[in-house]
Amino acid sequence: MLNDSILSMITFVPLAGAIVVALLPRTGKLIQWFTLLVTLATFGLTLHLPAYFQYGQAGFQFEENRPWIASPKIGYHLGIDGISMWLVVLVGFLGPMAVLASWKAIETRTKEFYFLFLIQQTAMLGIFVALDMFLYYGFWELSLVPMAILIAMFGRTRGPQAAIKFFLFTFIPSAMLLVGLLWLYARTGTFDFVETQQYLAQNASLFAPQALWWVSLAFLVAFAVKVPVFPLHGWLSDVFSEAPTAMAMVVAGKLGLYSIIRFNLGLFPAQSREIAPLMIALAVIGILYGALIALVQPDLKRFLAFSTIGHLSFCTLGIFCFTVMGLNGTVFHILNHELSGAAMLILFGILYERYGTYDMTQYGGMSANLPNMATLYVITMLSLIGLPILNGFVGEFLILSSSFGVHPYWGAAATIGVILSAWYMLSMIQKLFYGPQSRLVANKAVPDVVAREGLALVPAAILMLVLGVASPYWIRAINGAVDGLVQNVAHATSTLTTNVAEKR
Amino acid sequence: MTDVPQLYRILPEVILTITGVIVMLAEPLLAKESSRKPLGWLSVLGTLAALVSSFWQLQLPAGTAFFGTVQTDAFSVFFHVVIAGIVLATLLATLDAATPDTEGLGELFALICLGAVGMMLMTSAVELLLVFIGLEISSISTYIMAGFRRKSAKGPEAALKYFLLGSFATAFTLYGIALIFGATGTTDIGKIAGLLTTSQTPILATIGVAMILIGLGFKVSAAPFQVWTPDVYEGAPAAVVALMSTAPKAAAFAVLLRVLFVAFPALHNHWQPLIWWMAALSMTIGNLGALRQQNVKRMLAYSSIAHAGYLLVAFTALSPDGIAAASFYTLSYAAMNVGIFVVLSHAGGMNDRLTLIQDYRGLAYRSPLLGATMAFFLISLIGIPFTGGFFGKFYVFASALHSGLVWLTIIGLVNSGIAAYYYLRVVATAYSKPVHSDLLDGIPRASVPLLFALLLTVAATLILGIAPGRVLALAKAGANTLSLPGATTASK
Repeated sequence: MLNDSILSMITFVPLAGAIVVALLPRTGKLIQWFTLLVTLATFGLTLHLPAYFQYGQAGFQFEENRPWIASPKIGYHLGIDGISMWLVVLVGFLGPMAVLASWKAIETRTKEFYFLFLIQQTAMLGIFVALDMFLYYGFWELSLVPMAILIAMFGRTRGPQAAIKFFLFTFIPSAMLLVGLLWLYARTGTFDFVETQQYLAQNASLFAPQALWWVSLAFLVAFAVKVPVFPLHGWLSDVFSEAPTAMAMVVAGKLGLYSIIRFNLGLFPAQSREIAPLMIALAVIGILYGALIALVQPDLKRFLAFSTIGHLSFCTLGIFCFTVMGLNGTVFHILNHELSGAAMLILFGILYERYGTYDMTQYGGMSANLPNMATLYVITMLSLIGLPILNGFVGEFLILSSSFGVHPYWGAAATIGVILSAWYMLSMIQKLFYGPQSRLVANKAVPDVVAREGLALVPAAILMLVLGVASPYWIRAINGAVDGLVQNVAHATSTLTTNVAEKR
Repeated sequence: MTDVPQLYRILPEVILTITGVIVMLAEPLLAKESSRKPLGWLSVLGTLAALVSSFWQLQLPAGTAFFGTVQTDAFSVFFHVVIAGIVLATLLATLDAATPDTEGLGELFALICLGAVGMMLMTSAVELLLVFIGLEISSISTYIMAGFRRKSAKGPEAALKYFLLGSFATAFTLYGIALIFGATGTTDIGKIAGLLTTSQTPILATIGVAMILIGLGFKVSAAPFQVWTPDVYEGAPAAVVALMSTAPKAAAFAVLLRVLFVAFPALHNHWQPLIWWMAALSMTIGNLGALRQQNVKRMLAYSSIAHAGYLLVAFTALSPDGIAAASFYTLSYAAMNVGIFVVLSHAGGMNDRLTLIQDYRGLAYRSPLLGATMAFFLISLIGIPFTGGFFGKFYVFASALHSGLVWLTIIGLVNSGIAAYYYLRVVATAYSKPVHSDLLDGIPRASVPLLFALLLTVAATLILGIAPGRVLALAKAGANTLSLPGATTASK
């Protein structure tokens, strides 16, 4: 049955592709075409998941569970639920887009680039489908390596420094995650996520609350860096400005946010509840901070980095409201932001290919020469600021309305972020496309969007509209998984409060 | 035990001795300007035979020979195989790096084989005096190898430094052995534990153990006995460092495991804190030292101090799992460290043309295969999953955490975070856009022996990272032969 091995196939098709890329000769565009084919095939395979997903059903589906290493007991356990399913499809969708975006940007060392790119694909897909926490950790760490090497190899002048910064920022917290995992393993005797979850839920009284608290914190910090949550964001702007477009597209957001939802909410509901006020405060600070810096940032890539911090902080806010609506909105917002943010990065990359600068102030008045590009910019921008009927609106709306229900003041503060985000995005578009033509634009005639770029961007633009209009279709799958999580948290909180009450 | 001819118990050592002697005798027979490579191939054959005979020893029932001085069991075979593998990779790398006019190559091959005899004897010795003899055999050959580059100023300096400090260390060991003999009346590792429990004042024996720790701590370059390491690694040719940084250490760790867990489990209250501090110090000094280095070999020297520290963490766990973790770590460290020095040796040749990290800028562009393997070994040294380095660290820290050593584990993991920086700096340099430099142009094409050496080390590192189960089972089997009744009471 295809259902029994589909997740393995999805995960390892890119790896197999990478091995073939390593063996292909460096002639012409062969490697590009082949990688495009591999990513398209992977995307095709991921579409199998929504087609055969049992929407009403809770729990994991398409599971594969085989023993892998006997000691420590590590299983090869894969499976997805409504939360991870769309993220897998998203990674699949972004694959061909990233290849098309790199088509002209990466012209030397294509073999190394696409080899590492495909390994990165495998690592990301593995993170979303792994249900054995050890296997998960393996993919998590694996995802750092190709990223770091690609930033070092293909970055602008400060590439190596940015690569090391990125690696350390994410590797050291990952070491803490490993301590947490080992500690859990020493107590539960398993790395299996489902078994650990059950064990923790049933035997919570066996653990010292203090110890569980530290373990949950180790998990949370490792993931929060990757999001990035406000004070841990130092690496992102460097990576955004140095990394090639295809890498910047995948580096922020989904991995960390998914992991917080899956592991912190799944394994440590009570501890997550306790730390929620702090996380909500950090999220709102992140929203405002990101927006305010983006407002004054002239470098397009850094601009997008700070806008990303702001937008992803909405997700953190949504997670720690612990409502079904908030979490639905969060997962949906991850999809939206990854899609629109990736499109925006590609658009910036296209401008850079044509004019050779990321400096916003050098541009101006391009709408007359480049009408199609202006249209794509405007659609993507509107999706990022959350215009109704486009995708960005639904997630932000759900998150904000649920935060108003739980923490009205923080919700109100976060709403200011929405206004600021509209402000900086609109003024960016205004600076690039309208007003008088700048010297740079007037002196250099460049082509409008070419077919290859259109192939990458038009499907994305259509998808933005579809996601915005048909949001219930996506949320239906998410809802099933989120429901269980929220009950989990509510249950843990009620037992916690009764315990405290009994002690008193 | 009488059924097995005694010689079978030391068959790998015998084979290597004969190989070494033949190489030495054949060397003067070759014409002065002819290539020494046939001698190298002969040594490779001898090492392969020793490797096979080691495996074959597994069929024998575990037992002792030569008046109870050597013992073959799963433990000794494990370390024999590790040492033989290291020697094999080193020989292949030396064959490739040596140019026809490299002086004294024949002697080097012979020394490598004879040094391996000493190391193998150490791992199978169950008698402290034989341990000492093995230690001396291996040490003296490594002292000479360290000074192999006679014409460079750093070679003789390294050898002399190594020799003087090493002699002190081995003298300490010998003195320690004498004290233990005074305290218990025996130097038989298996009998000491039994005699200690009856003796009233184990103070002499405790001092003896501490002295042995000094000697072996020097050999494995654990802090605070690590000062020789950077100078010696810098002075010796990279191919030789591949051997020096792994094989004698593997042997010394094996001895340390045997001595501590078989002879002195009862004294663990005394030696465990010592090892705890040695581990914490080694990790920290090694990693902080490596951070500041510009010279690749000095950096790897400091990193090897750190790795000795990680390995000692497993000792403090005081459990069979810890012993197995230490054995596993020895093997995975050997695989990746020999690998990285094989790469350096090929890139730099016998005379180390490339010394600074900056010199490797653009290596991955000049030679993609070399760059990729270098990155792979460094990634394994960092401890990224799906490499041997990861599972090595994983087992070590899991066993430590299992024994409640939370602080040591945290120190270790913080340290491996620091370590990531300096390893990654080399990877980033190798993958940076090359500046115009003719330094890298001197790298010859990879030859067949070098490819074999790379294949051996890459495959070992990868297999240990993807399917560590089988090797860990072997390490556990070895650990079980050590954990005698005394050892199990020592574990918490």
